[in-house]
Amino acid sequence: MNKHFVFITIFLMVLFSCNEDTGDNVSIASVSLNFSHSWDDAPITNSDFNIIKFTNANGEVLSITKLRYLISRIILENASGETLPINGYNLVDVSKNESLLFRPINNIPQGDYKVSFLFGFNNEDNYNNNYLDLNSASWNVPEQLGGGYHYMQLEGKFIDNDLTEKGYAYHAIRAVDASKQPLKFEDTFIKVNLGTVNLTNHAQLNIDMNVAEWFKNPIVWSLEERNNMLMPNFEAQIAMFKNGQNVFKLKSITPSK
Amino acid sequence: MEGIALGEKLFFDPVLSIDNSISCADCHAPEFAFSDNRQFSEGVNGTQGNRNSMPLFNLAWNYDEHFFWDGNTFSLEHQAFVPVTDSTEMKSTWIDVQNKLQNHPEYPTLFENAFGSSNIDSTRIAKAIAQFERTLISSNSKFDQFLLGETDLSPQEQNGFSIFMDEARGDCFHCHGSDKNPLWTDNIFHNNGLDETFTDLGLGRVTGDPADNGKFKTPSLRNLAYTAPYMHDGRFATIDEVINHYSEGLKNSATIDPLMKKVGQGGVGLTTSDKADLKAFLLSLSDYDFINNPAFLNP
Repeated sequence: MNKHFVFITIFLMVLFSCNEDTGDNVSIASVSLNFSHSWDDAPITNSDFNIIKFTNANGEVLSITKLRYLISRIILENASGETLPINGYNLVDVSKNESLLFRPINNIPQGDYKVSFLFGFNNEDNYNNNYLDLNSASWNVPEQLGGGYHYMQLEGKFIDNDLTEKGYAYHAIRAVDASKQPLKFEDTFIKVNLGTVNLTNHAQLNIDMNVAEWFKNPIVWSLEERNNMLMPNFEAQIAMFKNGQNVFKLKSITPSK
Repeated sequence: MEGIALGEKLFFDPVLSIDNSISCADCHAPEFAFSDNRQFSEGVNGTQGNRNSMPLFNLAWNYDEHFFWDGNTFSLEHQAFVPVTDSTEMKSTWIDVQNKLQNHPEYPTLFENAFGSSNIDSTRIAKAIAQFERTLISSNSKFDQFLLGETDLSPQEQNGFSIFMDEARGDCFHCHGSDKNPLWTDNIFHNNGLDETFTDLGLGRVTGDPADNGKFKTPSLRNLAYTAPYMHDGRFATIDEVINHYSEGLKNSATIDPLMKKVGQGGVGLTTSDKADLKAFLLSLSDYDFINNPAFLNP
């Protein structure tokens, strides 16, 4: 992954150098992405894990015991429509504070940019199994489901209709109908547009995932009906994709160190 | 190389124990994939601990570096510190060990060769042992050879692997890795449904968090042929008992892992045929060359 950063850094330095050659006085900026999490308006940290305290749109109460997800393909697009693609990725693990801050981008000419990233991997990235860090994190998807990688693992407990605690594993992957050969796929990675930001100096984009959104909009998710074995469940994956469209928001921009 | 050789000699030398009766290798013997075959390992005078000896291999890839069943120690060097003074293991003191080694006819020279100084202390002892332990690499099981295209799996092993990777059947891969993660462990901690109440809190004893009670480190599935009995307390004598546990024997508790999804039905309910195939696959992860590697034997 680091070689991608080196590549983009060199690319941007060359771009900057070219501007100097032509006499332009271009200042540079850097940007980092900081991920936070909430349940609607209530912040979530790992200290909130393992407590049945959240209520989803279906009225089910639940806890979170694990939340990991993958972001990739950060793209900055300037006013001229030129894009600065960043080929790195980050596995956010809410139990590991160091994973919440992603510092991939330096030496960016200052200015306005539309910023976007992917939730999950696109197909080109997804079928490269050489991400050793993701492999050792047991982030892979079995070959019988097409291989590649998870996009998200959201796990916890909920109170079922019998008033007992039951586990759930809301795992997002590329939707696959494994009942057919060849396997039938539908893309479920999500492009997240953060809007236009003005980058000056060192900016930290504070991005919030509203976990409650995974359960409510547009599909009210019933954990009673869908709680486990969701990876091979094509319809469940499509529902996750639909509910994931408005999960991320750019909360604020702050100076970074 | 000198550090590895020193670490190997220390690993097999009972000089580390209070009465020169046991070495690291007594509980971590090569023929058992550097584990032992007892339910609970025995220290000096036959004193029993309360945990099953963990096998030792591929330790450099334990990225979070939490060692022991309950993760109570950070880093392999710190792990090597613990047994020497543990009252249920070697029951010694570091001063005593240092004195014995410093007055030994060979060790001062070996430390000089490894560290550039003949001065012997606990830090250097632990570093040398950890250095040797990091060389214990297991990577030549039948399944490894299959991944390299050097051999084929039998139909039974192939089906067992499919069960292992199938979320609707075994669903073992979420914790135990896969062909893409052939460490066969996620190296983290789970409550896998062994008990309804806990006499051993596991990770919970370390963190003090009740949400961690009953959680133990996921052991690698490599070399299962040599590492019986199984689980943190060695309660299962055979692989069949382990498979039966996940198939029919799960017990619910407050901290059970959400991935134990069929705990309400007792387990994933494998057929007799599926169990046999899963066992065949699991045995394909055993590495005969590893346990017979002359580089890892008593020097």
